[in-house]
Amino acid sequence: MNEPTAAPAPIVVVDTLSKRFGELTAVDGVSFTVAAGEIFGFLGPNGAGKTTTIKILATLLRATSGRATIAGFDVTREPRRVRESIGLVFQDNSLDDRLTAWENLYIHALLYDLPRAAFLARAENLLRLVDLWDRRDAQVRVYSGGMRRRLEIARGLLHRPKVFFLDEPTLGLDPQTRNAVWQHVRALRDANQVTVFMTTHYMDEAENCNRIAIIDRGSIVALGTPEELKRRVGGDVLVVDAADRPALAAAVAARYGVAVQVAGDGVRFEVDHGPSFVPRLTADFPEVILSVAVHRPTLDDVFLKLTGRAIRDQENSPLDAFRGHVRAFRNRRS
Amino acid sequence: MTAEPAADRPRPRAGLRFRAVAKGVYAIWYRETRRFVRDRSRWLGLVTQPLLYLMLVGYGISSSMTFRRLPADSSINYVTFMYPGIVGMSVLFTSIFSAVSIIWDREFGFLKEVLVAPLPRWAAAAGKALGIMTIVALQTAVLLAMSPLAHVPLGLWMALKTLGVASLVGFVLGAFGIAVASRMTSFESFQLIMNLVTMPMFFLSGALYPLRGLPPWLNFLAHVDPLTYGVDALRNAIYADNEAARLLVQYPLVFDIGVLAAIAAVFAALAGWLFETQE
Repeated sequence: MNEPTAAPAPIVVVDTLSKRFGELTAVDGVSFTVAAGEIFGFLGPNGAGKTTTIKILATLLRATSGRATIAGFDVTREPRRVRESIGLVFQDNSLDDRLTAWENLYIHALLYDLPRAAFLARAENLLRLVDLWDRRDAQVRVYSGGMRRRLEIARGLLHRPKVFFLDEPTLGLDPQTRNAVWQHVRALRDANQVTVFMTTHYMDEAENCNRIAIIDRGSIVALGTPEELKRRVGGDVLVVDAADRPALAAAVAARYGVAVQVAGDGVRFEVDHGPSFVPRLTADFPEVILSVAVHRPTLDDVFLKLTGRAIRDQENSPLDAFRGHVRAFRNRRS
Repeated sequence: MTAEPAADRPRPRAGLRFRAVAKGVYAIWYRETRRFVRDRSRWLGLVTQPLLYLMLVGYGISSSMTFRRLPADSSINYVTFMYPGIVGMSVLFTSIFSAVSIIWDREFGFLKEVLVAPLPRWAAAAGKALGIMTIVALQTAVLLAMSPLAHVPLGLWMALKTLGVASLVGFVLGAFGIAVASRMTSFESFQLIMNLVTMPMFFLSGALYPLRGLPPWLNFLAHVDPLTYGVDALRNAIYADNEAARLLVQYPLVFDIGVLAAIAAVFAALAGWLFETQE
């Protein structure tokens, strides 16, 4: 695995962590470390084990085997010390929507035993940073999805955690709001010197991370900076569509000696320089090719190459669908 | 923001610190009561439901029923008998309903905020139980204001005793509800609790009929029901100055309170433990 050289001491250490639910192995011997101050991302489809890992690290679930420490505290043996050291934003909203933003922060400050003066100063500072200061006395139920998420992020940082967990922080938000949330996360990280540990199944979002672990079916299949990971896909990616994709795939493989994959959008393979390869390709396969697309490698391509599946192929579970409805319902009222 | 001293992080602590726990209990109490005060529909239900029972059930039955044991000239009719039972019913529904809102909190998220806090979870359960006690006391105060409708004279000492007893009953039932709700994960199970536990508890408690001359099996069930002692304690408190009405009371107040306190201790320990160990 790629560890950054001369990195500061790791603040999260995970060692062959596993979690089984009956027959199902949700997390399967995962090991990694996160350096202090880093933005570290877990990238993978739904059901890959991202949330389960976060829940174990946040002391909400007990690991079946393996161990993990946060800021030097063992998540199983010293859960209270771990809880003091972390902040969390969950996939599902965990605000009380009948209370105001200010009251939600006040309860958080009480739960974390913050001195009153520190609470007052910091709550104002954070609410201004996430642009909610003017709306602090409104009940959360009138907030939009983006406002709620921003408030949760502010609340999670109120007690100055050392490690800040964000589980799918922008799920269900529109692209503009997602960008805004990310700006806030980065600004807040810079102001608070906190280590960020996030999960996502959005590729573009993962690009915000210093390092990414690609996780699939409970195991880490690759770990590195976004650039390192993308270099695993050599050159450019070509996606060629034809009426008979398997036949085209076989022909392309035989002619150019490249590894091909038949994916949902066509036959995919890599070449050193895509744009200049296209004329040759169309000349070699006249009348067969319906379309050609060329792009620089993305994390999508990395995932596809490593697992043989696209992240978006994964079906949502019924619970996810239900959550989506709840979210839609809540957001509609705003 | 960057220059704040390290003392602004949660204070490091080796063991449990009393102040931190007390603040956590207060946090949950604050949330519980704040939500209640803000919820107008609950206030409306709080006034109309007892009124409905008192007027439509109480007046209806009292016009065709008298108590054999009471002197013919006594002012006690069925409505007067039923009034403490209605207070007990309100306490029951409010405390169970408030406690099982934990299921909602689990489904819609807020519970996680509590479960990841660096605080023993029993402290959250305690805050919830105290919050329920407070809400029950507020509700009982509203019901006491309606007592003239049931021909029950309102007095200061009687009101204070009633508030105290109602709060204790609220704590018992709140702790019971928390214990049940901390192991329930679905809305369907909520319906089940309401139908299988709450309604029988209400009917068996002696709120609607005197627990005398019952068939043995019914008598047994009635005496297993914690609310029976709650309703009896409420009758003790509310009929304090009425000699005739005292004939409708089963046990001395001290006995009722002793039983309730013992049940409270058991349920509180159970609720704290079940809440502490949930995943």
